[in-house]
Amino acid sequence: MKATITNALALALMLALASVARAGTLEDVQARGVLNCVVSVGIAGFAYPDDAGEWHGFDVDFCRATAAAVLGDPKAIKAVTSTGKTRFTKLNAGEGDVLWRNTTITFSRDVGVKLRFHGVNYYDGQGFMVPKALGVSSATELDGASVCIQTGTTTELNLADYFHSNGMKYEAVTIETNDEARQNYTAGRCDVYTTDASGLAATRSTFTDPDNHVILPEIISKEPLGPATRHGDDQWSDIVTWVLNATITAEEKGVTSANVDEMKSSKDPEVLRLLGVEGNQGEELGLSVDWAYNIIKSVGNYGEIFERNIGVNTPIGLARGLNALWTDGGLQYSPPFR
Amino acid sequence: MNGSDPASRFAPGTHPDLPPPVRTTGVIGWSRENLFSSPFNVALTLLGAWLLYSIIPPVLEWAFIKSIWVADSRTECWGEMEVPEEAACWAFIKGRVNLFIYGFYPVEERWRVNLSFVLLVLAIVPVLYDRLPGRRHWMWYVAAFPFLAAWLLVGGFGLPFVETDQFGGFMLTLVIGVTGISFSLPIGIALALGRASSMPTVRTLCVLFIEFIRGVPLITLLFVASTMLNYFLPPGTSFDLLMRVLIMVTLFSSAYIAEVVRGGLQGVATGQVEAADSLGLSYWKAQRLIVLPQALKISIPGIVNTFIGLYKDTTLVLIIGMLDPLGIGRASLADAVWAGLAREVYLFIAVFFFLCCFGMSRYSLYLERKLDTGHAKE
Repeated sequence: MKATITNALALALMLALASVARAGTLEDVQARGVLNCVVSVGIAGFAYPDDAGEWHGFDVDFCRATAAAVLGDPKAIKAVTSTGKTRFTKLNAGEGDVLWRNTTITFSRDVGVKLRFHGVNYYDGQGFMVPKALGVSSATELDGASVCIQTGTTTELNLADYFHSNGMKYEAVTIETNDEARQNYTAGRCDVYTTDASGLAATRSTFTDPDNHVILPEIISKEPLGPATRHGDDQWSDIVTWVLNATITAEEKGVTSANVDEMKSSKDPEVLRLLGVEGNQGEELGLSVDWAYNIIKSVGNYGEIFERNIGVNTPIGLARGLNALWTDGGLQYSPPFR
Repeated sequence: MNGSDPASRFAPGTHPDLPPPVRTTGVIGWSRENLFSSPFNVALTLLGAWLLYSIIPPVLEWAFIKSIWVADSRTECWGEMEVPEEAACWAFIKGRVNLFIYGFYPVEERWRVNLSFVLLVLAIVPVLYDRLPGRRHWMWYVAAFPFLAAWLLVGGFGLPFVETDQFGGFMLTLVIGVTGISFSLPIGIALALGRASSMPTVRTLCVLFIEFIRGVPLITLLFVASTMLNYFLPPGTSFDLLMRVLIMVTLFSSAYIAEVVRGGLQGVATGQVEAADSLGLSYWKAQRLIVLPQALKISIPGIVNTFIGLYKDTTLVLIIGMLDPLGIGRASLADAVWAGLAREVYLFIAVFFFLCCFGMSRYSLYLERKLDTGHAKE
């Protein structure tokens, strides 16, 4: 009798396990009707909640673009908030479907953490900010400066390398968060604040006197930020790759959220393929034919996403720089839709 | 001797008490005794007065007199001040108060949070005041409350489901704090009794559990809850993160409670247990009627101390990506419209935690006084 019960329990357990064996991520997302998107717990311009608790930002808009492509609804996202320490586990454990979280692509993350990266949605790099009153115009003049720096990050190592290779000395003022850096820097406890250039711009925008501070031209590290997915689901990986490419191609071809309907009668065959008027690229991806149309209509092209969240007319006020299209001297370059 | 001496108008022993000298009573007497009794005290008093004078007016001015309550952005806020950043911009907090209270709980379902809060208050009252009429019956409600609240907050049985990752803000703090506190006390008492037990297996298990949990920082346990468990469970099964955190927090605090209660148990004289034995009381009756009432009374300060610690430790969930008030604060500060107002955010959160923890601490003092049987050492 007892053996029968044990066997029954074992069978039930096996059935339960079998039923949760994962289908493709795409099917999971479509069945759920919501895209679980791993985002940060708050990075100015990239991911933050507004007064009503609605998430916004550069990374969040790419989440919305992905949801628009997969589900046809940019609002169908759930923000899976994660810190720098938990982001990859959340993705790898299946709590998130895709990660758009200000994450630098590195060898160890791609290979060691077993992630798949899908291009770069923001080219960042470590820079320096100093008060104008210091009269410094280049990072090479910073010998002997006290530097505010976040502990336990790659920025710390980059800083040490940079000063060492230029034969300069510095005094580190270690801080934990961006707010702490702001307090220390404005109180004059450090001459220089160093972190990723986008973070410097965001911090500077919160000063009472932003015009009295400059971000020095030297960028001392490469921080390509991009979306990631788990290993083992190539179809889903393709979707995320081409969501990003679609926004970049749309900007290159001048397709915006305002003119996307007119563009459906464009003479450019690539635009027609992008918008699903010709060909069946959407179906090949496992999506509807108008997947890219939905992205551009509801979220916009790369340039629109950039300008809306972090561009020169926002409080963050970042210039396109490296993130301009390749045709404008930047690095944003999408393979063709062909 | 003068016949008009007023004292002589009274018969010996009938003179009414004269008021004490003015200099020893009232404000003057009190300050002479407490503030100016020695040169050192005079110096300390003056220093204290100077510190208060230099701190309080600027703080009041910053927080109330010059502060701005209506604005749509930081720039607008600062624009209304004579000097930017000279005063608090409470408009930021005012606009986000709902985010701080409910987190990302769906707006149309927030009445459930409010109702749970009312029910929580109703559940706390009978626990705190033993003179409440019909308290015995109320206790059934108190025991049912955690399950009632869980149903209200999560949903099911007629209510739409709200996923627990939408919980946030003060509500999340209360959920973790109240669950941790209400479940860790009984588990802790059981562990303490187990550790003091004469049965070797029970004792060994309890000692192992307590020492293991006490040997590991809470943050490590939270990381185990948030990351490691996922690797042990079969892929695709998602065991609710909040549930994992609640279990870890409860286990953590019950190990500490166990040690506090063990201290109390050791404070009960052996003669008490022997007396109970000689009366023929069973183990459980002896514990319930004689040992625990005395042991728990001694342990009150330690228990409340652990609870206050636990309540404040709930902020650690920020590190695993759950948005408690500190997390909401941090996320809010990333909104470029408001960023830079860190002082307002942290002060607001500090006030909330102070009110909760100070309340707990005052209640424990009241409880100690109420249960005082005159045996406490002065």
